[in-house]
Amino acid sequence: MTMNMEQWINNNTYHHADFWDLKKLVEIKEKKNLKISLCIPTLNEEETIGKEVILFRSELMQRYPLLDEIAVIDSGSDDKTLEVASEYGADTYLASDILPQLGEKKGKGENLWKAVYQLDGDIVVYVDADIKNIHPRFVYGLVAPLILRDDAKYAKAFYDRPLAMGGGVRPSGGGRVTEILIRPLFSLLFPELTAIIQPLSGEYAVRREVLERISFPIGYGVETSHLLDIYHQWGIDAFVQTDLDQRVHHNQPTRALGKMAFGILQTFFKRAENMGVFDKLPDYETILRQFQAVDEKYEQVQHNIVEDERPPMITIDAYRKKYKLKEYAKK
Amino acid sequence: MLRKEEIAAILDQLGEFEESARSVKDQLLANLVMISEIPAPSFDEENRIAFIKNRFIENELQHISIDELGNIAGMLPGKNPDQNILLNAHVDTVFSKKVDHTISVGSNKVTGPGVADNSLGVAVLVTLPELFKEAGIEFESNIWFLGETRSLGRGNLEGLRFFLEHSEIEFDNVICIEGAQLGRLSYSSVGMVRGEITASVPEEYDWMRMTYTNAIITINEVINRIVDIPLPQRPKTSIVMGSIEGGTTFNTIATKANLKFEIRSEDQEQVNNILAQFEDFVAEISSRSGIRVDMELVSERKPGGVSFKHPLPRNAHEIIKHLGLKPTITPSTSELSAFIDWGIPAITLGMTNAEHLRLETETIEIEPIYKGVAQLLGVINVIDKGD
Repeated sequence: MTMNMEQWINNNTYHHADFWDLKKLVEIKEKKNLKISLCIPTLNEEETIGKEVILFRSELMQRYPLLDEIAVIDSGSDDKTLEVASEYGADTYLASDILPQLGEKKGKGENLWKAVYQLDGDIVVYVDADIKNIHPRFVYGLVAPLILRDDAKYAKAFYDRPLAMGGGVRPSGGGRVTEILIRPLFSLLFPELTAIIQPLSGEYAVRREVLERISFPIGYGVETSHLLDIYHQWGIDAFVQTDLDQRVHHNQPTRALGKMAFGILQTFFKRAENMGVFDKLPDYETILRQFQAVDEKYEQVQHNIVEDERPPMITIDAYRKKYKLKEYAKK
Repeated sequence: MLRKEEIAAILDQLGEFEESARSVKDQLLANLVMISEIPAPSFDEENRIAFIKNRFIENELQHISIDELGNIAGMLPGKNPDQNILLNAHVDTVFSKKVDHTISVGSNKVTGPGVADNSLGVAVLVTLPELFKEAGIEFESNIWFLGETRSLGRGNLEGLRFFLEHSEIEFDNVICIEGAQLGRLSYSSVGMVRGEITASVPEEYDWMRMTYTNAIITINEVINRIVDIPLPQRPKTSIVMGSIEGGTTFNTIATKANLKFEIRSEDQEQVNNILAQFEDFVAEISSRSGIRVDMELVSERKPGGVSFKHPLPRNAHEIIKHLGLKPTITPSTSELSAFIDWGIPAITLGMTNAEHLRLETETIEIEPIYKGVAQLLGVINVIDKGD
């Protein structure tokens, strides 16, 4: 590890326990006149959403008013996700109802992008809905560094201390896609970004000034693209990261991770090319080919995975109108 | 004694109390989730106690303290420092740390190990100070909040007994808060003894001596003897065979087997009588078979309690009925007996409907909790006004 990276890690890495004093945190937030919004993107999460909303509402709105709004943005669940969320006091939206004039795209990134328009916070914190051991730290651990440090723009969660647990459940510390895809890629081309311990974690808090200026792949690549874009525009010092201890969720089969890696690679190549890391790349295929054995035959399964993207929100007229922003001058 | 009109006034307030309970729904459910997800098997409640302590501090209770056995107490001062009401909930659960303590919250249900017994009781306990503050409810009496440790199984109420021995406060009345079941009213304790009978084949056993040499068969004989004991209808008496364990695998003779039991009766005489029969046949089987049979008593309670004429159970009964619930009067083998030993009037109330008790799928209903909390507020008010 270079001296520089060691220093960066020392300065920019926290543990959620550093921010236990929520009362003080709320005071500083109010003094700085910050508004904070929580966005929970969902798709069929009725099992876990109720608990998540109730904990955040009680602890981080009523007891310590750290959050100004809790919004669940749903991709069109078949189950009662929105009903349960609303029953426990969250604002609930169907992603397709937000900015309907721009059409509908399916994917988590779409929900995250639409949150930038719909929610009012100066800071938006995103937390996934599939966390079994949800706890207020998942929010305050990420929001706190942005409240306390004006230079920090993007706070990313990481989950250290992987632990074996029974019942098909395990914490995500050092996920497989991170370790065998992202980390090698970053090491090859963006070594500074390897300081981010868990680049794919779905929990992060971001300032609006950043969110409105980055584009959103709607599928698997959204986290990777954010890291690259923010790094490109603001440098490594815009990032901080917080250890949130364990995150327990259902484990994904390797096959599903293949799809994820495929989407991420598309996003990655596109950005690396735009940043001039590669010369012109050839056009690539969008079909992932996996194999499965049926009786004695081997069958190819094809998944068409196109990493569609939403442009920076600031380029959208409706957004500029809502926030009374002037015409956006494209670089 | 309160006059009829005074009681009627409190009964009229129950609707308001229910609304007050509803207004702290979020805090109550969040506390329930967070408390339930901290494992707290008997003798290992420390982490859960630490959470409760933080809540007590945040709610500005006074005299917050954790004693040598880990019990936590705090107090909300009343206008009359000579009156003291104790609200008590046991903090321990029957689930080991190895069990996945993840809780799930559905539309009207919360599910997970220990949610009913007794995480809900504890959640109500820690949410009450907030409810009092938000609803602007004040009391004449000091209200003491106690989270007791080591109550279940081998804990044998050790925490509570320690607290009562060392507390310098004279409590006028006690309400024990249990998660389940709503409508439950306990004010007396039955006589009870719990124990284990263990059969073990000695290592130097002479294998030619008997036709059978197997600890399981010996325990089977113990069971047959127990089944043969006649039980009187009155006073109500029962023997529970709660668990058997024995042996290791398919093809190896079991050298150890064990039976856990409980004898309970409204009359101590009956308990003693049955226990004497146990001792007799244990000695007899042991000497006859050459297999070692031991009986160990784990815990014991004496019957007792206040009579129904006492204002505490009588008014509680009235309040439960007024809320449209069916009061279920059940004698208890739990905390009540400790208070009975100390001569303190005590009752146990349940907070909601629950199912799958003591299984990992333990589930409570959310909606009835507000009535459960309302009855609790009603009873506290009645006691506080001097009954």
